[in-house]
Amino acid sequence: MFKIVHAQFIAPGIKRFEIEAPRIARKQRPGQFVIIRVNETGERIPLTIEKSDPEKGTVNIVVQSIGKTTHLLNSLETGDSILDIVGPLGKPSEIENFGTVVVMGGGVGTAMAYPSASALKKAGNRVITIIGGRNKDLVILENEMREVSDTVFVTTDDGSYGDKGLVTDKLKQLIDNGTRIDEVLAVGPIPMMKAVADMTRKEHIKTIVSLNPIMIDGTGMCGGCRVLVEGKSEFACVDGPEFDAHRVDFAVLVQRNAMYREAEKRSMEDYQHEVEKKKATAAEPEVVCALEGKK
Amino acid sequence: MSTPPTPKTPPKKSTNPLANKERMKIPRQHMLEQLPQVRNKEFTEVNLGYSAELARQEALRCIECAKPACVDTCPVGVKVRDFVQLIVDGDFLGAAAKIREDNVLPAITGRVCPQEDHCEKGCLLNKKGESLGIGYLERFVADYERQHFDTNNIVKATPTGKKVAIVGSGPSGLTAAGDLVTKGHKVHVFEALHEIGGVLVYGIPEFRLPKAIIREQVDYMRAMGVEFETDVVVGRTVTIDELMGEEGYDAVFIGTGAGLPQFMGIPGEHLNGVYSANEFLTRINLMHAYEFPKYDEPMVDFRGKNVAVIGGGNTALDAIRSALRLGAGKAFILYRRSEAEMPARIEEIKHAKEEGIEFQVLAAPLEFLDDGKGWLKGARCQKMELGEPDSSGRRRPVPIVGSEYEIPLAVAIMAIGTTANPIIRQTTPGLATTKKGYIQADETTQKTSRKGVFAGGDIVTGGATVILAMGAGRRAAAAIHHYLDTGEW
Repeated sequence: MFKIVHAQFIAPGIKRFEIEAPRIARKQRPGQFVIIRVNETGERIPLTIEKSDPEKGTVNIVVQSIGKTTHLLNSLETGDSILDIVGPLGKPSEIENFGTVVVMGGGVGTAMAYPSASALKKAGNRVITIIGGRNKDLVILENEMREVSDTVFVTTDDGSYGDKGLVTDKLKQLIDNGTRIDEVLAVGPIPMMKAVADMTRKEHIKTIVSLNPIMIDGTGMCGGCRVLVEGKSEFACVDGPEFDAHRVDFAVLVQRNAMYREAEKRSMEDYQHEVEKKKATAAEPEVVCALEGKK
Repeated sequence: MSTPPTPKTPPKKSTNPLANKERMKIPRQHMLEQLPQVRNKEFTEVNLGYSAELARQEALRCIECAKPACVDTCPVGVKVRDFVQLIVDGDFLGAAAKIREDNVLPAITGRVCPQEDHCEKGCLLNKKGESLGIGYLERFVADYERQHFDTNNIVKATPTGKKVAIVGSGPSGLTAAGDLVTKGHKVHVFEALHEIGGVLVYGIPEFRLPKAIIREQVDYMRAMGVEFETDVVVGRTVTIDELMGEEGYDAVFIGTGAGLPQFMGIPGEHLNGVYSANEFLTRINLMHAYEFPKYDEPMVDFRGKNVAVIGGGNTALDAIRSALRLGAGKAFILYRRSEAEMPARIEEIKHAKEEGIEFQVLAAPLEFLDDGKGWLKGARCQKMELGEPDSSGRRRPVPIVGSEYEIPLAVAIMAIGTTANPIIRQTTPGLATTKKGYIQADETTQKTSRKGVFAGGDIVTGGATVILAMGAGRRAAAAIHHYLDTGEW
C-alpha cells in the first residue's frame, strides 16, 4: 500500500497526488513513469511522474479523469492509499546541452514534460516552453514551467488564456521567425505529437515524443505496448517511452489505443452507476450525522 | 544435470506387503478429471487429484529400486522412492516433509512439472508398462499437506546474520529462497509485479495451476521466514549495486525469468486482435480479464470467433485452451512442424484435444490481414513439410511452394518464444551476458561474472520449464550458502 500524503485538484478533472514511495522517489529520472493499480480488482495503467522528493520519499503524479481507473483514482483523497505503484519505469530522457530546446506540453502531458524541461535547463540549454490546453482552466503547471524555462508560451484552443490556437501554431511561429531550435520534446495527446512530428520533419529538427500506449507489466514481459518504429516493433516500456518522433507510426498507435474502447466505455458506465448509487444511499445517514452535530 | 549433494540415508526397510511381481500387476492409477465438455467453458482446475486410497494403491506399484533413477533424473533431486514408501505407510505428512527436503513447491511441481521427461522417464516400471505416477503422488501428498499441516510447526534455522536478495519470485527464485532460509540466512524476495509467483501467476492458467495453491505455497515460505516485497523492478526501482551496497545484501540471486515476447516480423502483427501469448495470458491470469467487468482489465470479445495460437509449446496450449474458455467458436493451434515435434507436454496435448482444440500442423502464417479498420480479419498461411533435423534436433519445416491459403481469424496469439529482458543487463555494470543478452552463469554454481551475484532460470538459459528453473535455484542456493559460509568466490 502506498499512502497519499497530499491530493489536490489543480484543474477541472486533473488531480495531483503526492504519494509515499521512497524507493521510486530515490530513483526517478526525467522521462520515466509509474504503473499503478488502485485496488484488488483494478487494472494496471501507466501514469506520468511530475516530480519526486527523494528526501521526503514521495513522488508526484498528475492524473486526468478519463476512464474508470482515472476517475476512481481521482476520487481518492489525502490519507487514502493506492494498492500498487511500481517504477520508475522506462528509459530516462537523454539530457545534454543541445543548445536551444523547445519543450511542448499538451494538457496533462505538461506534467511529464516538466521534469525534462527542468533537467534540460540545468544542463545548460536555452529552454523555450510551449504549453497549452483547451481552455484557461486546463493549462497546468504554468508557474512551475516558468521557473525552469527561459521563455514560456501558453496557448488555448478557445483563446481564453494566452494565444488562441494550438501549441503547434506557436511552434510554427518560432520556426517561421527563424528561431534556432536544436531539439523539440513534445508530450501530449497523440494528434498533437503527430502534428509536431510532421512540422519538424520538414525542418530536420530532432524531435522526441513520449508515448503512452496500453501497458500491463511495464517491464517488457507482455509486449502489449509495442509501437511501430520505422516498421519495427519496439516496446514503449523498455525501449521508450521516448522515441524519435520522425520514426514513429502514429496511426498504429491511435489504432492500438482504441483496442478496448467498448470495454472501457462499459467500465466507465458501470462505475458511474455505482457512484450514483452510493451517493443515493449515503445521503440519508449524512443527514442524521448533521443533525447530531457530528459533521 | 548436477544437483546439490543430498545426505545419503540408507534405504528404509520396505513396508510394501506385495512382491515385485504383484506390484507390477497393478495398473497405473488415473486421477479424476473434469469432463472435457464441462471444463472447456470454465477456468476451474482440470485434474482433480487422487484420493488417499488411489494414492496408496499407486504407491504400492513402486518396486523400490536400490539405485532409483527417478531421483537422478529429477532436476531438484526429490527422494522419490523414500516419499513413496511413506505413502505406502500411510504417513502422508512424512512424505510431504521428505519431498520438502529438496522441493519447496511440491503442490506446484505436482501439477506442472513434465514428469514424463524426468522422474517418470527414469522409472524402471516403464520397461514393463506404465511408469509410476510420481507427479500424481507428489500432488496428492502436497495437497494433503496443504490441508493438514500447521505452518506454525515449522522449525526455523538459527540465523547466520547473512542477507540474500532474490530478484524475481518465479520458480528459480522461490526455490533458492526456500533452500537459503532453511540454512538460516535472511532472505528477501523482490517481485516486479503485484503478486508473488512470477510465471506461475501470470503465465500458467488457473485450470492447470490454481492461484490459491500458489498463494498457499508462498504463505508456507513466509512461515519459513522468507520476506517478500512486490512492486520492485530491480534495475529500475533499485539496482543490483544498490542491493549489494547501501542495502547491505551479502549475495544476490537473479531469477528474472523469460523476457520479451518474440514476434515473427510478418506484416500485420500490429493489428488489433494480435497478441503475444505473454500479454494474453497475463491479462487472463494475473489480471483476471476473463472475469471482466468484475475485474477492470479488459479483453477483446472471443465469443464465437476464430482464434489461432501460433506455436507448439506449453505456452501455446495454455493460450489456446484459455481462448476456448473465453468462448472462442473455433480454437486452433497453428504449428509449423508436426505434432511429434511439439515441445508441449503430451498430457496437455491430450487435454486440449479432448476439449475441442484443433491442430493445424505443418503450417505457418505469412501475413495477418487487416479488415480495413485496423482489426485482424484473417491470415495468409503457407503449408510446410519436414526436412532434415535442425540445431534443435527436430526436423526442420520447409515451406511448400504454391501452398498458400487464407483463413478467417479474429484473434491471433503468438507463442513463439521470448528474448532476454534487457533491464538488469543495462543497469548492472560488469555483469557478463551472452550475445543474445542472457546472463552468463556457471552451470554448476550459477555464479555470474560479478562477485556475490548468482543467476539462474530462463534469464540464463532462455525459455525452459518450471522444474529446470527450480534446479538452477537449488544449485545457486547451495553455492550461495558455500560462498556466505566460507567467503570463497
